Amino acid sequence: MAPIISRGFRGRRDDAPSDRVPPGQYVTRDFPVLSAGPTPHTPLEQWDFSIVGEVDEPRRWTWEEFRALPSEEVTVDIHCVTKWSKLDTVWRGVSVDTLLDGLETAAKYVVQFCDGGYTTNLPLEDVTRGKAWLAFGYDGEPLEPEHGGPARMLVPHLYFWKSAKWVRGLRLTATDELGFWEANGYHNYGDPWREQRYWGD
Amino acid sequence: MARAAVLGRLTWRVADVVDVVPETPHVKTIAFDVPGWPGHRAGQHVDIRLTAEDGYQAQRSYSIASAPDGTRVVLTVERLDAGEVSPYLTDELRPGDQIELRGPVGGYFVWEPAQGGPLLLVAGGSGVVPLMAMIRARDAAGSDAETRLLLSSRGWDDVIYRDELERLGGDGLRVVHTLTRSRPPGWTGYTRRVDAEMLADIGPGPAERPRVYVCGPTPFVEAVAEVLVRLEHDPQAIKTERFGPTGG
Amino acid sequence: MDPLMLDGNAVAGLLREVFAVEMTTAIGTCGNCGATEPVGAVHVFRGAGVVMRCPHCDNALVTIVKDDKRVWIGFPGIRALEVTV
Repeated sequence: MAPIISRGFRGRRDDAPSDRVPPGQYVTRDFPVLSAGPTPHTPLEQWDFSIVGEVDEPRRWTWEEFRALPSEEVTVDIHCVTKWSKLDTVWRGVSVDTLLDGLETAAKYVVQFCDGGYTTNLPLEDVTRGKAWLAFGYDGEPLEPEHGGPARMLVPHLYFWKSAKWVRGLRLTATDELGFWEANGYHNYGDPWREQRYWGD
Repeated sequence: MARAAVLGRLTWRVADVVDVVPETPHVKTIAFDVPGWPGHRAGQHVDIRLTAEDGYQAQRSYSIASAPDGTRVVLTVERLDAGEVSPYLTDELRPGDQIELRGPVGGYFVWEPAQGGPLLLVAGGSGVVPLMAMIRARDAAGSDAETRLLLSSRGWDDVIYRDELERLGGDGLRVVHTLTRSRPPGWTGYTRRVDAEMLADIGPGPAERPRVYVCGPTPFVEAVAEVLVRLEHDPQAIKTERFGPTGG
Repeated sequence: MDPLMLDGNAVAGLLREVFAVEMTTAIGTCGNCGATEPVGAVHVFRGAGVVMRCPHCDNALVTIVKDDKRVWIGFPGIRALEVTV
């Protein structure tokens, strides 16, 4: 049975040029808060960010050390697998290239790990060469906890579950290790332009 | 009848709007006729689905406000300004319009008159909706089960079902209000958030082994459930339903 | 306590679609802490998909990912489910 159309229902959607909206997505001006678990509240004095795994020397930054790194403002479109896209979002963060600068590794993959236990996996090349940031600011303000603050990953070329909130580090791995959603039904790579939402897509 | 309601095949059904009635400045009651409706139990809810002309869909859950009554299904919806669905339901829907709904769903947060009392019902704002279904079912069954409804609202004009609750009071049902933000002149009732002292005053206490149902926004439910456990109510006798964004 | 959190009642319809019986009264045993609770009482979060968590230890019990025709149910942390049929 075809769904019944409800007279006059539109939903909260914006029009947008179609070349900026991946297939199956709708543009929103809101910033929906979606979370796999309770919002962590790690005090900044206890926060750190680490690069571990297949590296000769693990790296670690305290919050002060992290904030002393060069950062940049970037404007990107973000696409959530739950079908909303938000255009021209403005973030401030440290490029992952800066975090990995000079690091020796044979690893091909990386796992983002977070407060609360969430993980997501990517090829290492998808977070390097200007494709990813460790973001601490959104829309000119410090990133709020409900959106992943104090710091989250920002990997805008993939569905937004690949940009982990409350991230605490990157683990470089030789083999691809499935993260939380990748192990439970979502696509391993997650390219919105090829609509890679689910297993088998 | 109840068993059929639990096991009936869950399909999307067409629901015809019969009536739209304001309850408070932000809340409306919408009565639907749902051909083929298998019946429901008080406390259950429905999932509704709205489809736009271009195929865009939104889905939400709403508690059924009415006692079982043939193919009639009544929802009470609070309009959230930032919402995607509630403004449509409260501003747009007219008799003759159609939406889709499926249900009834829910087996945990239900009460049937045959289960008896005493009942302690604690509601925050629109959390009163499923509890009202229970009160209406109790009334329709002619039950005299000892029942207390503690209803927390922002102000007197925000109290949903205010007049009907006044009318139904008596015969074992007692309704107690607390108004947390504003009160009418001469108000002598509670004016604070639900707390241990209030619940202990209103009862029933744990010795009477009431069935307890708590419904409202998550922070309200969490706070009340915690207080009830501290007052030594049996945690297994406390059923909770948290309201919040149910889009999915 | 997270204000965005809901409980198993919020996914009753979704679970019924998948399991074909009412699931909020099913009793789950947490694989992490061993606590047992009805599904209606477990904590529910909406992320990219639905995550159901143990109200005692926050362990992720069940995940649900859905498109129009397929549902992926993950059981990362649930030991057993008791269902009345």
